[in-house]
Amino acid sequence: MSVPMIRLDNVEKVYRTDRIETVALSGVNLDIEEGEFVSIMGPSGCGKSTLMHLMGLLDAPSKGTISLGGAAVTDASDKALARLRNESIGFVFQSFHLIPDLSVLDNVEIPLLYRKAGASERRKAAEAALERVGLSARKHHFPSQLSGGQQQRVAIARAIVGKPRVLLADEPTGNLDSQMGDEIMAILQDLNTREKTTLVMVTHDPRQAEKTARTIRMFDGRRVN
Amino acid sequence: MANAIAPRIPAQAGIQLKEKSMLINYLKLSLKILGRRKFFTFVSLFGIGFTLLVLTLAAAILDHIFSSYPPETRGDRTLVVDNVRMQGKDSMSTGPGGYALYDRYMRGIPGVERMSILSQPETVISYWKGARLKSLIKRTDADFFRILDFEFIEGGPFGEADVSEARFVAVINETTRAKFFGAGPALGQAIEADGQTFKVVGVVPDVPIFRLMATGDIYVPTTTAKSDEYKARLRGGFFALFLLRDKGAVESVQQEFKVRLGKIDLPPQFDRIYAVPETFFASFARLFIGDFQAEDAGGRLLAILLTAAALFMILPAVNLVNLNVSRALERASEIGVRRAFGASASDLLLQFLFENVVLSVVGGLLALVSSAALLALLNRSDLVPYAHFSLNWRIAAWGFAFALAFGVISGVWPAWRLSRLTPIQALAGGVK
Repeated sequence: MSVPMIRLDNVEKVYRTDRIETVALSGVNLDIEEGEFVSIMGPSGCGKSTLMHLMGLLDAPSKGTISLGGAAVTDASDKALARLRNESIGFVFQSFHLIPDLSVLDNVEIPLLYRKAGASERRKAAEAALERVGLSARKHHFPSQLSGGQQQRVAIARAIVGKPRVLLADEPTGNLDSQMGDEIMAILQDLNTREKTTLVMVTHDPRQAEKTARTIRMFDGRRVN
Repeated sequence: MANAIAPRIPAQAGIQLKEKSMLINYLKLSLKILGRRKFFTFVSLFGIGFTLLVLTLAAAILDHIFSSYPPETRGDRTLVVDNVRMQGKDSMSTGPGGYALYDRYMRGIPGVERMSILSQPETVISYWKGARLKSLIKRTDADFFRILDFEFIEGGPFGEADVSEARFVAVINETTRAKFFGAGPALGQAIEADGQTFKVVGVVPDVPIFRLMATGDIYVPTTTAKSDEYKARLRGGFFALFLLRDKGAVESVQQEFKVRLGKIDLPPQFDRIYAVPETFFASFARLFIGDFQAEDAGGRLLAILLTAAALFMILPAVNLVNLNVSRALERASEIGVRRAFGASASDLLLQFLFENVVLSVVGGLLALVSSAALLALLNRSDLVPYAHFSLNWRIAAWGFAFALAFGVISGVWPAWRLSRLTPIQALAGGVK
């Protein structure tokens, strides 16, 4: 039996302030196999994004265990988590999160900077990633000079430049019109089929969810299917 | 912890970078970001540069007034009396002392190696080859040139015999030599001042106007004065310089001076006389503070100067801190992105450290270059006669260190706080 790429075991996430305690996730069990393309759906505030942030080691669970490739990572140090994110996980955010002060090429290079790659190696890899998303002509532009769809393609290039085995996309088409959204989905599907990249995508759009192999439904912080 | 998933391209694979190259990466990144944020960069550079510029200029001027500078090289054991106050029930007389006060009552104080009585610099007119020349004349004695350390360019000082026999000899400064004789030598030549003719026996470098005791264009024996009237006066027109055998003798000399003041036969309208021999700095401080009887005027002036410098630096420092903090908060999302893509907290700290160090270093260098240029301009201008302002490297270094510390702490501290958050909190704008 193969080891799942991502395993969540009885995961709980509670946000606490001085007065309020909000349970974002409760008792979530989930396995995602290597090379799967999974979508997560559910109403706003149901914990979809929180679930994805936990899978991507961007946040820590309040309870439960998260394993990547069969090894529990819940208690890993900051440096170890940073290295895991850098080598194995790529992120695409709904609001792109490109750095406005840096050019498209410099934005795409970011993950490689923390891999201590040489300048020419970084440049080559970033150019290849931009080529892959069809934005080579815009490499010297700044994010503010691009359309929403183009910015999201830059974000995808940044996410795949380090060839991660897992790509996590949080509503990647949420801010785009349907045509742009389809283009982004095509790129993600291509990554999944051609490079066997494990893909987890949070979406509100059932049309996009249908294009994935499996849909996980969430409601009130719990998995409902 | 080893990576749980075998990465397609491990971090340590590919072309390995040495730490030095990583630092170059950070430097390049800093320059890119500072270049892109032109307004922020300009405001920061202006804040750092202008504050340091004013600080170094003020330090250069104060240095010029107070530091050990020829001919006042024995400042630690030289005391000066530049102000005397005589007070009575209905009368008061304040100003420089009189010749008689020093000559009759203050000679031979134990612990004093030499004493010189010198007149206040006085403006005199010379008519020379059809030109009307203005000079500051100082009438003094032979010990003046022994207490003060003049480096003679030509000739030497006048001696005791010149003074006692009232010989019309003069020591002049470089500017006066140039005014009277152009580029040629002055030794042995005659100059005319205030209707009197003197033979030049020595030429000395110009002394800045701030050095009230030493400054002058023409130095001549006191005895060449047009009248002997000055010899009887207790108040008016003269200063005294005391060279102590040892700098530890200051208090005993001051005490003896006070005792002797008490023995002076004062004119009937006065019943008290007050004066105190003090260091060049303390004497200037008393003048500056304007409190003639102030205790520890030097300490008070120093406190005022330090407070002024601190206040002057606090405002731009607070602004810089504010600017840096809001700039770092504005970049919370960037910090979140970098964290998400593999930057550790220490990677981010190093990056922010570089940005702030680059900014502070450039600001500091700009300040140093502009200070040096402004001081050179001041030296060339006639704004401050005989000024030779120079950069005080110690003050510049301190100012620079403060700017660097403020820049780094205010830029790195919020970045450090943000880097401690989870990437998702940083992505959300630093909200915990």
